[in-house]
Amino acid sequence: MAMTEQRVSYTLDSSLETIDNAEEKATRIATELGFGDDEVMQISMAVREGAVNAVLHGNAYAPDKKITLAFERTGSELVITIRDQGKGMDLSKIPNPLAPENLLKTSGRGIFLMRSFMDVVEIRPSSTGTELKLIKHVHGPTAGGKEASQ
Amino acid sequence: MTMKVGTRQVDGVTIVDASGRITLGEGSVILRDTVRDLLSKGNKKIVLNLADVNYIDSSGIGELVSAFTTTKNQGGELKLLNLTKKVNDLLQITKLYTVFDVKDDEASAVKSFK
Repeated sequence: MAMTEQRVSYTLDSSLETIDNAEEKATRIATELGFGDDEVMQISMAVREGAVNAVLHGNAYAPDKKITLAFERTGSELVITIRDQGKGMDLSKIPNPLAPENLLKTSGRGIFLMRSFMDVVEIRPSSTGTELKLIKHVHGPTAGGKEASQ
Repeated sequence: MTMKVGTRQVDGVTIVDASGRITLGEGSVILRDTVRDLLSKGNKKIVLNLADVNYIDSSGIGELVSAFTTTKNQGGELKLLNLTKKVNDLLQITKLYTVFDVKDDEASAVKSFK
């Protein structure tokens, strides 16, 4: 783990435990930053979905590959970055889960949920891994004065 | 909190009382195994009571879809009962609310089976 005043990052294994761990960290940090209950749930679920993609589809549970998870509080937003060490992904092949022919599919909703819950979702795939950036804008007076702590 | 399930029979309908989280891993597996076990024993009228399910992720949503289609493919029906606001919102934004038969009253859910 590495931490500065406004940024905290973690290096995590490619395991199911990492997914729960990432969600718990997101819940704690979003709560400490003063987000409301609904926003905390949205942020933690988006992070969970991002971690699922990194562990399952990116690193494919490979024990020698790591996930990095970082939370950064800027002036007006919470920026969360999740990186894996997989082979990248083809964004053009991600189906629309709301299309009638896909409604009854049992997978393929993770990125859609992230986009539903966060203000900005950026996905940068490469041959050495995928970087996912999730951004939530800070709203309301209580969300502006705190920083993430351990 | 991991997922727990209990089953009971009401007028020929199996009520599955679920609680906890339906997420990737144990929660999804428990739901899958429960529904498959019911179907294998000929219980094809199933109500999934989600009153105490406080969290579902995309894998859990996938398991609900899988349970629904598996039951339907075997000539049965699976309905959802007592959704929490969080789960209800998730089914709304994924447009699955229109796919599932969602009930908010157990008695009417039981009666709704043909």
